[in-house]
Amino acid sequence: MELNKHNENLLRMAKEHPEIVVLSADLGTSCEIKEFSIKYPDRYFSMGIAEQNMCSWAAGLAREGFRPFLHSFSVFLYRRILDQIEMSVAYPNLPVVFCGFVPGITTPGGVSHQSTNDVGVLRTIPNFAIFDIGDATEIESVLDIAYDYNGPVYIRQLRKNVPRLFPASEPMIFNHARVLSEGTDIAIFSSSVMTEEAIRATAVLKKRGVSVQHLHISTLKPFTDPQVIDALKKVKFGAVTIENGTIIGGLGTCVAEVMAENGIGKPLLKVGLNDQYAHGASKMFLVKYYNMDAMALIKNVEKILKKDLKIEEKDLEEIRFEDFLEV
Amino acid sequence: MTKKSVTTEKILKAGNNIRKRILGIALKSGGCYLTQACSSADLVATLYLKILNLGPSLGNRDAILFPGVPSKNNMDYQRGAAYNGYDYKNPDFTKDRFFVSCCHYSSVIYCALVEAGRIDASAIDKFNGDGWNMEMIGAEHSPGFENTAGSLGQTISIAAGTAHAYKLKGHTGKIICMLSDGEIAEGQDWECIQAASFYKLDNFSVFVDVNKQQIEGWTKNVMNTEPLEERFKAFGWACVKVNGHDVEAIINASKTKHKGKPLAILCETDVARGIPLLKTMVPKHFVRIPENQREEFLKFYENM
Repeated sequence: MELNKHNENLLRMAKEHPEIVVLSADLGTSCEIKEFSIKYPDRYFSMGIAEQNMCSWAAGLAREGFRPFLHSFSVFLYRRILDQIEMSVAYPNLPVVFCGFVPGITTPGGVSHQSTNDVGVLRTIPNFAIFDIGDATEIESVLDIAYDYNGPVYIRQLRKNVPRLFPASEPMIFNHARVLSEGTDIAIFSSSVMTEEAIRATAVLKKRGVSVQHLHISTLKPFTDPQVIDALKKVKFGAVTIENGTIIGGLGTCVAEVMAENGIGKPLLKVGLNDQYAHGASKMFLVKYYNMDAMALIKNVEKILKKDLKIEEKDLEEIRFEDFLEV
Repeated sequence: MTKKSVTTEKILKAGNNIRKRILGIALKSGGCYLTQACSSADLVATLYLKILNLGPSLGNRDAILFPGVPSKNNMDYQRGAAYNGYDYKNPDFTKDRFFVSCCHYSSVIYCALVEAGRIDASAIDKFNGDGWNMEMIGAEHSPGFENTAGSLGQTISIAAGTAHAYKLKGHTGKIICMLSDGEIAEGQDWECIQAASFYKLDNFSVFVDVNKQQIEGWTKNVMNTEPLEERFKAFGWACVKVNGHDVEAIINASKTKHKGKPLAILCETDVARGIPLLKTMVPKHFVRIPENQREEFLKFYENM
């Protein structure tokens, strides 16, 4: 388990790129930028609880050569300021990075704090890139990718205690999925913290003789990685997606579009919030309550295989990662 | 002709020419944002001919075809700010930047560019013409426009962010933003007004065309935004109120010292100024010349 990796990484980036500035809408300390604000007080701009102004103001800074990194909870960086994102930042294609924390159901803060349809909404915006990261290694690499993209970027960022699922020596690559398991029966596509659930499910599925092609996807826009097509073509029975948010418009929809565009006629089942809002509770509770955990993934694999694999909760218990308990 | 030598008469003449051109558009095409031209023409003429410190225009003198929306593959399009002398690749940071938030006034801006000798009068023939850069509501590429301002409330923040950047970098150019009073009902304006004060942006000023009208009627009846002077001052701004048709007063107000504070200049204006025939029609967001008054307007136009 790793702690406060965004904080460390942002300090490194700030040192390398003097034009990086941080804007906060009174949630900076909840988004690991306290140390940045102490170390670089002249590059840390407190904008108060006023996200709309923060977004357009950042556009002004970006026009003058600064690289603004906006910090708040992801929900306040898209739902509340969609028009500002589109007209002030996305249309002129400005390099503004939205560092959105506690994405999806990784907050017990309830519906007002949960960004559950952000991917679907933001995916419709031209010029935008969307990164949905899954572990400490990706936290350490996503800011470089966002910087290099040189346009508007939305990051579903993780904070505080985060597992390291991928070797630190293998950073995230833009628009390039991680192949976590090779197989020919079922393709599993996972993103964000749901990759932990998918890793748990895959381990048990393998024990039951299911051959799984598992891809962890951290770039949701653009969504043109040929590995996705290869995985879909390769598997015999079909695909399951699992994502940290609604199943409408997000990862599952991205995969469905790729299947349709490439004429890949196989079943696709989507695990996530089933067109509903969620309530406030711990992540571990919520993923079970809303049928978006490892067991839910397995049930969907069984549906595609038309087979009862006789997997029980205790089979999954050996592998467990981190919960998210703080508001 | 240097700015210093520009007389009040010359500026008022330019204001009249702006109104005339836009009345001409309204007569030709059936309608235009004519009341906004009446209220703001003197202010915009004063800004372009006297107050703004801009480099020579770098834009095409005539209209150009729409250069395409900005994207990774299209970032070298001709910016609207080029007409204000702003070269985004090699800026002169001692010059001013002019942001227009009330972008329904684009015809006024285009016509002011004609009066300032920054575009040719023939460009106005392409106003609102399909496929051209002279759109009815301006965007990044439209002559005189820095940004896409059609969704109200955002431009003041973009301009303030630019002013913030200029202060951080020690640039001496000033950032000037034009608003109209109707849009000040937007919450984002007040978010920005408090932030601009918080960051002591004394290189930043806004000119407000207080024409007291908006789409559904008089502003005081749609959503009262007064008292603006007291409101700006309460938010920590320097603020002066002038007659927006008094060129000298606007110029003097622009010289108001505002160390440590942003400056708001409230220009009280008349939406029928210069075209009295409009008096019975206002408040009117978009003027369509009534068929039974066409001859009357045409005659007035010819004598303007």
